[in-house]
Amino acid sequence: MSHTDATHSNSHLQHHFVDSDQQFDSAKLGMWLFLVTEILFFGGLFVAYIVYRAWNPELFTMAATQLDTVMGGINTLVLIGSSLTMALAIRAAQTDNPSASIKYLASTVALAFVFMVIKYFEYTHKFELGIYPGEAYSFTGIDHPKAHIFFSIYYMMTGLHGIHVIIGIGIITWLIIKTRNGAFNSSYYTPVEITGLYWHLVDIIWIFLFPLLYLID
Amino acid sequence: MATLPVLKEYPAQEHPETHFLNHDKSLKSWLLTVDHKRIGLMYLASVIFFFFVGGVLALALRLELWEPARNFMDADTYNRIFTLHGAVMIFLFIIPSIPAALGNIFLPVMLGAKDVAFPRLNLASFYIYVGGALFTLYSMAHGGIDTGWTFYTPYSTTSGSAVISMTFGVFVMGFSSILTGMNFIVTIHKMRAPGLVWGKLPLFIWSLYATAIIQVLATPVLAITLLLLIMERTLGIGIFDPALGGDPVLYQHFFWFYSHPAVYIMIVPAFGIISELIATFSRKTIFGYWAIAFSSLAIAFIGFLVWGHHMFTSGQSELSTVVFSFLTFFVGLPTGIKILNWVATMYKGSIWMQSPMLYAIMFLFLFTIGGLTGIMLGALSVNIHLHDTYYVVAHFHYVMMGGTVFAFLGGLHFWWPKFTGKMFNELQAKIAAVILFIGFNMTFLPQFVMGSQGMPRRYYGYIEQFQTLHQYSTVGSWVLGVGFLLIFWYLVQSLRKGEAAPSNPWGGRSLEWMISSPMPPHNFDYIPVVKHGPYDYHQPIAEFRLGIDDGHSHTETKAH
Repeated sequence: MSHTDATHSNSHLQHHFVDSDQQFDSAKLGMWLFLVTEILFFGGLFVAYIVYRAWNPELFTMAATQLDTVMGGINTLVLIGSSLTMALAIRAAQTDNPSASIKYLASTVALAFVFMVIKYFEYTHKFELGIYPGEAYSFTGIDHPKAHIFFSIYYMMTGLHGIHVIIGIGIITWLIIKTRNGAFNSSYYTPVEITGLYWHLVDIIWIFLFPLLYLID
Repeated sequence: MATLPVLKEYPAQEHPETHFLNHDKSLKSWLLTVDHKRIGLMYLASVIFFFFVGGVLALALRLELWEPARNFMDADTYNRIFTLHGAVMIFLFIIPSIPAALGNIFLPVMLGAKDVAFPRLNLASFYIYVGGALFTLYSMAHGGIDTGWTFYTPYSTTSGSAVISMTFGVFVMGFSSILTGMNFIVTIHKMRAPGLVWGKLPLFIWSLYATAIIQVLATPVLAITLLLLIMERTLGIGIFDPALGGDPVLYQHFFWFYSHPAVYIMIVPAFGIISELIATFSRKTIFGYWAIAFSSLAIAFIGFLVWGHHMFTSGQSELSTVVFSFLTFFVGLPTGIKILNWVATMYKGSIWMQSPMLYAIMFLFLFTIGGLTGIMLGALSVNIHLHDTYYVVAHFHYVMMGGTVFAFLGGLHFWWPKFTGKMFNELQAKIAAVILFIGFNMTFLPQFVMGSQGMPRRYYGYIEQFQTLHQYSTVGSWVLGVGFLLIFWYLVQSLRKGEAAPSNPWGGRSLEWMISSPMPPHNFDYIPVVKHGPYDYHQPIAEFRLGIDDGHSHTETKAH
């Protein structure tokens, strides 16, 4: 069976495709479909958010004051920046410039790490106050019987998003290794392109999470 | 290439010596295969195994219900067994049965492709399914679960049984279903042979397309629901648990937003098989091709708007109850269109009553009963009376078993010669089909009666006036068991010493019948070119075997 990591120019073409265009279009359509499933996956949590916010509007404005808008804002800028470096990495791969592509991919990974580190400080600060998800919640600063549910939703949404960032770090690191081995060029850069699509989705989900959770007070 | 490709006829080689089953015999070549046909066969073996497991559980349930009180198992065991029967049949058998097993084997072939778009992802889907299945088996070994297959909160957050491992298994299997759906959509969009425009796709492909859309759009919602349920049990996040301020009805909304569309994941591929069977065995162009194709998509769409009809008595608002009831009736339209078109296809056709066609006709009877009783259940006032009674149990067994399982068996018999290269004993097949039909009606018709008289579903004990009907039902389940054993027997005999199958035993016109039985390792050693629709029986058969050279020398193909 065919593999993507062989040497001559046409070697990335798998045996069941007629040509590279068909293979590229298929991969891209597949990725878009995957993104649709991701949106529906997060969609469940957004529905839970909408339902509980509609029932307890005062809880959401009170609880949002416990979230650190500055840290969240910095993280938003960090992720938008990482989307830019990702797009530049794709451009570099398309124009046969692997060394630039590696630099941009590495910056994307670095920014993703910055995001996770800031997230870590946010989480640990909350844990110190006793703001845990669910039954372990022991914070007394919010006078509302369902305060723990807001933070359950907060941790579910941001936690699931964080897992997606970590998966993204893994995939982009793999892309760096592949690029270093010379796997991608102007006629074959599908993995870089579709990873970029994934990374932009991770970014966009955060762009919805940030105002919905942090900026509502 | 300077020269234009030459269009010529490629007749199928009869009884080939090398085919996908034997071109490489090592165990590794099966376990690590990326060939859609082998993956489909591994799915087929798995779903048949789990159908057997679920079936034995069902026989145990029916046997327990022979007596109004305890027969041979206690109430806790009974609760676990009906839950496992539901979970195994739904998540391990019926959802993967037609798409992942028969669909995997035939979708690329019917499109004239060498494989699905993402063969390695296809193999991954299979192993994800196996992984999820292992979790559910682990759950069974650790006491099973007693919540019912719907895992309703708050009971599922407090029940002492192995809920986490079971729901995690279902969560994992969901990804298998999503990936298969994605793979099929991309394959249908991008891998069709030259000339195979959308209007010439076999209707089985259209049904798999509609199914794949539901799989991709609905299954992620089940995934997040089960994840939240697992978090509810481990961390007590309080979203669904009323003791922590949560709302159990919200769980039901989440669950049915997936699980109602999921019943169309189960039945729509069955519609596709029936379209193939009825056209092939009536020797007639299908009546209303576009009506059948688009009604599959219409069902997929409407299916997303009716989940609330599972919750008429749950305490959701009266307005939403009325709206969901109204929308539910709309599902009857595309379904009715299909039944009408199938019957119209048979009208003045040259009907050849082979066993696959026998199953298709039985499907028409049973599914119509299942569908019409569904309309009854969709009507609000009737539903309040029939809610959570055996009427519901009978309704969905008529749809799921009388519909999907009978269509699955029809498809299995129809394509059996194609993927095994062996014929089966037609007389025994007909006898088994009739036994199943009798056994099925004996099992489930009395349940309509019991349900309308007020016998609640899932109850361990019952009042004595229902005993006769319960006993009819139990005897019926034995008849069903005998029918399945007979099928198992003659199919094994067919594999051992069945007559070698010709490439086109039923005189079909779609692409899978234009290649050898069993299929060649790469399906086509040429690029098939499609000129006519798959039901154009009035066209000469030679024009269905056209193709152009694919630029590979055949010796190279064999070297793979």
